[in-house]
Amino acid sequence: MSTKTIEEKQYLVRFKADTKSHLTVLDHEICMTKCPDKICTIFCPAEVYKWEGLRMQVGYEGCHECGSCRIGCPYQNIKWEYPKGGHGIVFRLA
Amino acid sequence: MSEKFDVIVVGAGPAGTSCAYVCAKNGLKVLQIERGEYPGSKNVMGGVLYRKQMEEIIPEFWKEAPLERPVIEQRFWMMDKESSVSFGYKGLEWGKEPYNNFTVLRAPFDQWFANKGVEQGVLLINETVVLECLTENGKVVGVRTDRPDGDVFADVVVLADGVNSLLAKQLGYHKEFRPDEVALTVMEVVNLTKDKINDRFNLEDNQGCTIEIFGDSTKGNLGTAFIYTNKESINIGVGTTLSSMIKAKMKPYDLLDYLKNHPMVRPLIEGGESAEYLAHLIPEGGYHSVPKVAGNGVLLVGDAAQLVNAIHREGSNMAMASGKMAAETIIEAKSRGDFSEASLNQYREALYQSFIIKDLEKYKDAAHTFEHYPQYFKEYVPMMNRAASKFFTVDGTPKKEKQKEIMKSFTSGRGTIRILQDMYRAWKAVK
Repeated sequence: MSTKTIEEKQYLVRFKADTKSHLTVLDHEICMTKCPDKICTIFCPAEVYKWEGLRMQVGYEGCHECGSCRIGCPYQNIKWEYPKGGHGIVFRLA
Repeated sequence: MSEKFDVIVVGAGPAGTSCAYVCAKNGLKVLQIERGEYPGSKNVMGGVLYRKQMEEIIPEFWKEAPLERPVIEQRFWMMDKESSVSFGYKGLEWGKEPYNNFTVLRAPFDQWFANKGVEQGVLLINETVVLECLTENGKVVGVRTDRPDGDVFADVVVLADGVNSLLAKQLGYHKEFRPDEVALTVMEVVNLTKDKINDRFNLEDNQGCTIEIFGDSTKGNLGTAFIYTNKESINIGVGTTLSSMIKAKMKPYDLLDYLKNHPMVRPLIEGGESAEYLAHLIPEGGYHSVPKVAGNGVLLVGDAAQLVNAIHREGSNMAMASGKMAAETIIEAKSRGDFSEASLNQYREALYQSFIIKDLEKYKDAAHTFEHYPQYFKEYVPMMNRAASKFFTVDGTPKKEKQKEIMKSFTSGRGTIRILQDMYRAWKAVK
């Protein structure tokens, strides 16, 4: 299969999601009022962040735990932790 | 788990396992903590593993480690939209002992390597996150894990927790990284038959090829793409500094698909089946971003210490070498019975006298230069392509005139002075 969309790419990956998110948007108001670009929705390699008009939807279950959102959020508005031990992404190959 | 160890190593990548392995081999009591389901399950790299630094830990590892192919050819492409200027080196001496480097898949490799540590006596605990370092009178004395009653103690804690090293940040050894200090890289493992790989890359069995691609592979942004041959798959990936990704408002997976569909690239992977998609950060801040690497009862190794030479795509080798140096320091500190910062600073000295920091220092201004002057990737790569096309197209123009035209096309675009400035600046950054 050649992958054309991020959804197709994400299907290739094994995730063992925790029930609790390891990513927290600290203040949704900041996304709403101060951040017109909502740049995390663009650079996140797993499309974890989706803007839903009023608040940021965080699909932590598909997170690659790369850390880009923590570093790249222009307002340091994302609290980033590791998922609980043994949870989160499980790379099988590379 | 309240027993005390000589060493706790946080993380089971190449840096952590090298350190744990050497410590255990020398009789120290080592606990290694890995947050993933197994070592390698959180780890990503393009795929080149260097023989030299690995061999210094496990001699003749190639006889048993799960490797893909020894690399016998390294190609470099300066790629434009529909063309590419390339150079490279192919040498059959790299295909036999002692080899130069190998392509590997990290999940199997890291598991194998960590298991070698276990054979030396390392106690490896998977599926466990280290939440913080425990300190007493300013000295790190252990770690708190996310297990019940999860405090464990040791004379030394080695932070091999990777590019995000939350622990080093907690200790105040570095601030949060800036988006221009890290590269966001995405890749796919694409399954392809051995025969197809051999045909398309001009290889025989057990010969590998790497291609590093500059220019249009990142749409002219600061970064590179790579294509590495495994036995029966290809790793294809692309990354730019996170700051470039942000500035250009690029989706990394769109950039990857742009690369996969590029007319220079597509024929190599045509018909392949994507098997995995992976994203990771690479610490590319270089010399200026290296944090404090030794403290009271604590050492930083590998990506956690930002030890990556982005220009030469070296990282896992620096991870291993730093892990080994840390282990040697700990062994001597143990014999002195002194785990203070002054004692552990021996590691810092070893690191700074080694190829690791020397190489990072050589390129200390490179990333900064190329980030601030985007013309190198955006303008010069297409310029080189146009020049090559003109020079090699036979159209009845005398060669001397062609050369003149090419020179003129260079200088008319940017102006002679600016070209000279650019050349001097680039030379200074990498000299």
